Amino acid sequence: MSLAFDDYGRPYIILRDQGQKKRMKGLEAYKSNILAAKAVANTLSSSLGPKGMDKMLVSPDGDVSVTNDGATIVEKMEIQHPTAKLLVELSQSQDAEIGDGTTGVVVLAGKLLEQALTLLDKGIHPLKISDGFDRACDVAIKHLETISEEIDIQANEHEALIQAACTALGSKVVSKRKRELGKIAVTAVLDVADLARRDVNLDLIKIQTKTGGSVEDTRLISGILIDKDMSHPQMPKEVNDARICLLTCPFEPPKPKTKHNINISSAEDYKKLYQQEQQYFVDMVKLVKASGANIALCQWGFDDEANHLLLQNELPAVRWVSGTDVELIAMATGARIIPRFQEITPEKLGKAGCVKEVQFGTSNERMLVIENCQCTKAVTILIRGGSQMIVDEAKRSIHDAICVIRNLIKDNRIVYGGGSAELACAIQVLQYADEVSSVEQYAIRSFADALEGIPCCLADNCGLNPITSVAQAKSRQLKENNPRIGIDCMELGTTDMKEQRIYETLSSKKQQIQLATQVVKMILKIDDVIAPDDY
Amino acid sequence: MDIVGNVLPQVLKDEATEDKGEMARLQSFVGAIAVADLVKTTLGPKGMDKILKPTGPGQEMTHITVTNDGATILKSMYVENPAAKILIEISKTQDEEVGDGTTTVAVLAGELLREGEKLIQKRIHPQHVIAGWRIARDVALKRLRDISSENDIESQEFHNDLVKIARTTLSSKLITQDRDYFADLCVKAVLRLKGSSNLDYIQIIKLPGGTIRDSYLDDGFILKKQITIGCKRRIENAKILVANTAMDYDKIKIYGTKVKVNSMDKVAEIEAAEKEKMKHKVDKILKYQPTVFVNRQLIYNYPEQLLADSGITVIEHADFEGMERVAAATGAEILSTFDAPERRDSVLGHCDLIEEIMIGEEKMIKFTGCKKNEACTIVLRGSSIHILDEVDRSIHDVLCVLTTTVKNRRVVWGGGNSEMQMAAACEEEAKKVQGKQALAIEAYARALRQIPTIICDNGGYDSAELIQNFNVELQKGNLTFGLNMNDGTIGDMQELGVKECMRVKEQAVMAASEAAELIMRVDDIVKCAPRKRDRA
Repeated sequence: MSLAFDDYGRPYIILRDQGQKKRMKGLEAYKSNILAAKAVANTLSSSLGPKGMDKMLVSPDGDVSVTNDGATIVEKMEIQHPTAKLLVELSQSQDAEIGDGTTGVVVLAGKLLEQALTLLDKGIHPLKISDGFDRACDVAIKHLETISEEIDIQANEHEALIQAACTALGSKVVSKRKRELGKIAVTAVLDVADLARRDVNLDLIKIQTKTGGSVEDTRLISGILIDKDMSHPQMPKEVNDARICLLTCPFEPPKPKTKHNINISSAEDYKKLYQQEQQYFVDMVKLVKASGANIALCQWGFDDEANHLLLQNELPAVRWVSGTDVELIAMATGARIIPRFQEITPEKLGKAGCVKEVQFGTSNERMLVIENCQCTKAVTILIRGGSQMIVDEAKRSIHDAICVIRNLIKDNRIVYGGGSAELACAIQVLQYADEVSSVEQYAIRSFADALEGIPCCLADNCGLNPITSVAQAKSRQLKENNPRIGIDCMELGTTDMKEQRIYETLSSKKQQIQLATQVVKMILKIDDVIAPDDY
Repeated sequence: MDIVGNVLPQVLKDEATEDKGEMARLQSFVGAIAVADLVKTTLGPKGMDKILKPTGPGQEMTHITVTNDGATILKSMYVENPAAKILIEISKTQDEEVGDGTTTVAVLAGELLREGEKLIQKRIHPQHVIAGWRIARDVALKRLRDISSENDIESQEFHNDLVKIARTTLSSKLITQDRDYFADLCVKAVLRLKGSSNLDYIQIIKLPGGTIRDSYLDDGFILKKQITIGCKRRIENAKILVANTAMDYDKIKIYGTKVKVNSMDKVAEIEAAEKEKMKHKVDKILKYQPTVFVNRQLIYNYPEQLLADSGITVIEHADFEGMERVAAATGAEILSTFDAPERRDSVLGHCDLIEEIMIGEEKMIKFTGCKKNEACTIVLRGSSIHILDEVDRSIHDVLCVLTTTVKNRRVVWGGGNSEMQMAAACEEEAKKVQGKQALAIEAYARALRQIPTIICDNGGYDSAELIQNFNVELQKGNLTFGLNMNDGTIGDMQELGVKECMRVKEQAVMAASEAAELIMRVDDIVKCAPRKRDRA
């Protein structure tokens, strides 16, 4: 900690508890920040691409998860370093906005920082570097748009969508079944997509997991699966042509919010109260029954007596349905959520073809499936797998695939993967660099180098010689003027990504480059870190 | 420090660790293989048992478990290694999904990783290993399905298959001496279910005393409860009312109610009203004209006396499970309100005879000739509670396997036959595949072959010789051969009648490959700082 002294040699105290704080300034701060961020990027870089490896993460409570998803890795690493945390947020914002490419964005940021470090050593001012990066980023984005292609998502039974989903799933543990899972994801998204508005409400796709079986057993249910069973063991397990009454009030005597006391002072009152109480249940069931409902789903619990009355009146019911499920069911079946028994009317009921209980494995676990809903706009993907870790990872992978498909429906422009798009941008940026006459030229050139880092990293992960393969691809791109030449990760014998059909969405790529540049600019602007000392 | 010599700033929290590359891989291999080695001695008919002793203070912590069941062993173990946890997880899933093969799945995953480690040492990239394994797995599963046979569910052959499967499953357990007896018993119990897989209907009652041979299957339903004093001990042609209702005193369910009185007389009045309310309830129950009344909750003396006075036999405190079983077996509806006596016929359960019986020292209630004949009870006897627990687990395994077989119907030959055939299929495939993957496919075959090898080793036989001879027999075309662990020879499984459920094998191969793949893909282990717990 640097100190200021007055005329008598006594130190000025400028910050509170100055002695206990650690402070880094100038070049030292830049370097420390960059190294910390790079450390995170390095961890992720081996996860990139179809042959990328997974990370095993042990939570503070000892739970294990194995994942390939960048956003999940950095989130679960519990990163403490303030600058490294910026990269965590970077990955998460990519996840929130696009849902895919969370590893790529961090790796790109890492490569950019690496370049920035050498530039700093050359004595270039950080702000000049970030200016240069900014300009290079604009060029790269513009070029991305020119090389992007519009695809027809409808053609050939949505083949393009399936391919894009396969690209997203290719790097995950479920890659063996990527085609099947990709199809499931595409069907799910198309089922709920609003193609006129080119929008997809992902809330309508429920992803339910269940251990057991194998990843192949994953299937799409055109309806809703809820992890509940009938409230009374003797209620019918299957209701056909269901008219669903969706309640958010318990089958219990009412509990007014205002505090009140009922004072019983005589035996007569006592008896009256008893009768009143009995009447409540009878009335409740009668109201539901009268509306014509043949199944009741309730967000709250049932009193034993009410439960039995429901059974007696042949009204199957489900209790403790979670709030999100209630909303989903409402959307799918067209039911209105009814908060009070008095408000039940026949038109507020939802309709579904069939509600039934299904059983899994040897343990007595049952789930309810609501099929053929009136407004079929909700689907469930039931993920199976050999263990909890696989199922969790499959869930994250499918989520990525779904996001990619959604993005394609929103914007059907694609670029080709396998590092080809980055390489094409790098060439373009490099050309532009020579036109710039100021200091930024160096920064722009470095940006191009950083972009090349992505195909390098891909090749490295696939066990190819990174420098040879990138150099080859780059020279072919220039010679043939073909921006689709990339790295042949799967060793299929061709480097033309159009032939390999590796599709990535333009929006994801754009977002990756923009976000990474932004974060790097931000890190480059920090020249002073004041933090409480460790001890 | 990084390569250039810069001091790396601390990125993770204190006490958090990160292992990369070789170190990470080494850690997961060591952990997974250690777990597999731990349970592998329990594999096969000559496998040994393990004693599990809980740690920590307290009376309940002194209860030890002796078991041969892989899932039970793994579940009770406390491990820190993340890869080991994955193996435990798949074993648990196997238990939930098919109920048996819990050791096999962990051992197979461990052996796969052991082979994987060797490949990695040969500088083969993990992704190539995985690619090979995937091919091998598909080939193995295809062969498994091809060699399995199916019989019609009603046929005698299928029934024989079930008995054989039960015998095979039991042969590795404590009760292997009496396996014929128990196999028969379990098959009978499962066949009563008529294709449903709801094991709730099969009740297992454990009573220390006697020998294992004294265990029996009771076709009725036994409730581990007593008939209240003062009631009839034997009821023929019983009409049973099953209820879940408060019979101590009825709480007022309306919120915020308080009983406030200003004189002693009023107290008496309220008390009388309360009593009358109960009487009222009892009257309503009486309108159903039951001869037996079973309640989940406690019954106070007053209503009990009222019911007993009317000649009704009262059974109180039947727990949730017991009550549901009674209801299912006798075809009764579980009642909580009693306002519709006209529905009497449909809500009352029925059975021919209810009587109090003595099993060993304990009194129990037996329901025979129930309306729905699916329920049955297996009464287990044995010299100590540890033995009984283990027998219970074995019987549970068998029941699970049998219900799975009833559902799936496909069976394969036991005695390591299916593993050897799958391994052979993989080796054939390896010859056709170009590239490094072929090595991984061969490794997969070796891992599969380890299962019969371990079974031999556990029996104290010369595994190398036996497995080789076994392989030769298969090459000759004797596709029904397998290990005869009684004599330590190779024998025809058809003659010995050793069969196994295909689904169990299928699930084990699928889960083990998935887990091995999952562990193989890891190149970085991040352990977060353990959560600090305040000592209470």
